[in-house]
Amino acid sequence: MVKRCQPDSSVKIGRLHLNNPVMVASGTFGYAEEFKNFTDLEKLGAIVTKTITVKPRAGNPAPRTCETPAGMLNSIGLENPGIANFIKDKINFLKKLGVPIIVSIASENSPDEFLELAEILDDLKEVSAIELNISCPNLHKDKLISQDAQSTFGLVKEVRRLTRKCLITKLSPNVTSISEIAKASEEAGSDAVSLINTLGGMSIDVNKRAPKLGSWVGGLSGPAIRPIAVRMVWEVYNKIKIPIIGMGGIMDTQSALEFFIAGSTAISVGTANFINPGISSEIIEGLKKYMADNKIRSLREITGILKI
Amino acid sequence: MEAARVIARINSNNNFSGNYWHLELESAAIARRAMAGQFINIKVNDNSIPLLRRPLSIHSVSSSKIRLIYEAIGQGTQGLAKRKPGEFLDVIGPLGNGFNLSKTSSKNSLNILVAGGMGVAPLVFLAERLKLSQPLVLIGAKSKNCLLCIKEFKSLGSRVELATDDGSLGFKGKVTDLLKKTLSTIDHRLSTIYACGPKAMLKAISLIAAENKIRAQLSLEEHMACGIGACLGCTVQTKLGFKRVCHDGPIFLSEELIW
Ligand SMILES: Cc1cc2nc3c(=O)[nH]c(=O)nc-3n(C[C@H](O)[C@H](O)[C@H](O)COP(=O)(O)OP(=O)(O)OC[C@H]3O[C@@H](n4cnc5c(N)ncnc54)[C@H](O)[C@@H]3O)c2cc1C
Ligand SMILES: Cc1cc2nc3c(=O)[nH]c(=O)nc-3n(C[C@H](O)[C@H](O)[C@H](O)COP(=O)(O)O)c2cc1C
Repeated sequence: MVKRCQPDSSVKIGRLHLNNPVMVASGTFGYAEEFKNFTDLEKLGAIVTKTITVKPRAGNPAPRTCETPAGMLNSIGLENPGIANFIKDKINFLKKLGVPIIVSIASENSPDEFLELAEILDDLKEVSAIELNISCPNLHKDKLISQDAQSTFGLVKEVRRLTRKCLITKLSPNVTSISEIAKASEEAGSDAVSLINTLGGMSIDVNKRAPKLGSWVGGLSGPAIRPIAVRMVWEVYNKIKIPIIGMGGIMDTQSALEFFIAGSTAISVGTANFINPGISSEIIEGLKKYMADNKIRSLREITGILKI
Repeated sequence: MEAARVIARINSNNNFSGNYWHLELESAAIARRAMAGQFINIKVNDNSIPLLRRPLSIHSVSSSKIRLIYEAIGQGTQGLAKRKPGEFLDVIGPLGNGFNLSKTSSKNSLNILVAGGMGVAPLVFLAERLKLSQPLVLIGAKSKNCLLCIKEFKSLGSRVELATDDGSLGFKGKVTDLLKKTLSTIDHRLSTIYACGPKAMLKAISLIAAENKIRAQLSLEEHMACGIGACLGCTVQTKLGFKRVCHDGPIFLSEELIW
């Protein structure tokens, strides 16, 4: 009898080993504890925290979310307890899970805050990787770092000098050419890129003739943005060598597979966590079944195998 | 109590007046754990129309049944109105903290429940839990057609007083003015107010409670995406920092809120 070999769904992101390629996207999974009743946290490929800043941040005025066709807008505005409280209150629960913890960070005023945060996180052994959120649309800046290749290159390079941890750069879709920015991240020493963050959007209450969000504009996520995200993953895949963590409207195994075929090494589940808090575990199982059904031994076999 | 995601059978879903609906679901898991003031988060359809869940307060429970009332005002609630008995709904609950009943129902304390419009929803459950203390219930609405659940409160032994903006039934004016008037005629030293309704009403009640040195527990509403404390879509400012309506609330003490 031939021994049926178990499909191996592990992947590598730089020097980071993940048991499976299903992560949860920053800002959509809190600090994981919120999901403990609803999913097998220990089984996740990795957990990306809500973005942390140096100081605590209150965030934007209400309403901060509103539903749009097949998607949602959010203008949370990076509400978070700040790095010191994160380490004091949140990290203990996370580290006990035994799942790689990726801490997402951002600056409020000066890019130097990224360096300060990276130095602090570099010393924490429970942190497996750092994700640079240079693409949050809810800070109401004229220009995001990830909207400029040179600024992206400069920042990633400086952070790279400060840490040996796996470094991921999260990119914005609100650009003319996302592959240019991805290339700048790669050249500056990023181990991987995450794409995409939310797309700038707006929704209007016609009776009130007023914006539906308290801060007027926000970021669009959910199935509505999936085709844009898939296209961007595919474009970037053809231009860089470092791994891509694909996200944007992944709702199930089927949509996750689109991202692998387009060129993702791993994927992140975002908005779908709000609708089905157990969806990440379901996608992990779904991918295993797909691999078994199609006699795929490693997910590497399908990354970027788009037939054209 | 821990929340769970359950697939619950619809026992009934009836339009009882105007745009108002009564929904009964079968879920022993949620019914057993539910506390007054908690809510459930409902996936209205299996597809992504609408995409997000919709929160509805638990209106009453019995052994294995949860009852809700809702106004069909938009895509989500109108979609819910189309669901039929025998079908199944994907719901998460019970969610939120619920009213704190530990400091109430002593013999000489009056429990005053104040509802604005749809705000009656969680207060019927509360009136049932406070039945022995025979609470006073003040209900306010635009006009008499929008005054809900009067019979339900009465059958639970509550004393009910009404206010309508247009004066079509009861006191003419805001329910908060009725509250002020009521407080001026009774010894309210040990009273507690429990209120649910529009933000402006809750804010007014906060002021009234402070002026009269009464404790008030307010049930807040904000737009929420996840309902389990993860997305930070529904946070409100309190004296103890930002809190999530879905997880740390929806019930807050009036004195802790910053309006
Ligand atoms: C904890 C909690 C308990 C609730 N309990 C009940 C209940 O028992 N019965 C009931 O009828 N309703 C209740 N609501 C309000 C209910 O959730 C909203 O009416 C519903 O989500 C609207 O969805 P929709 O798609 O039908 O309308 P939409 O098309 O989404 O909106 C229609 C209108 O309702 C407003 N709206 C949407 N969501 C909310 C919200 N969360 N809070 C306030 N206004 C909103 C919109 O701004 C818009 O003006 C509760 C809300 C919360 C947060
Ligand atoms: C409510 C909400 C909050 C978010 N917060 C963050 C954040 O703090 N940092 C970040 O990098 N991305 C944040 N995102 C973006 C997601 O991580 C993800 O990139 C995006 O939503 C696209 O994926 P999705 O369509 O699967 O949600 C947030 C998204 C949502 C919906």
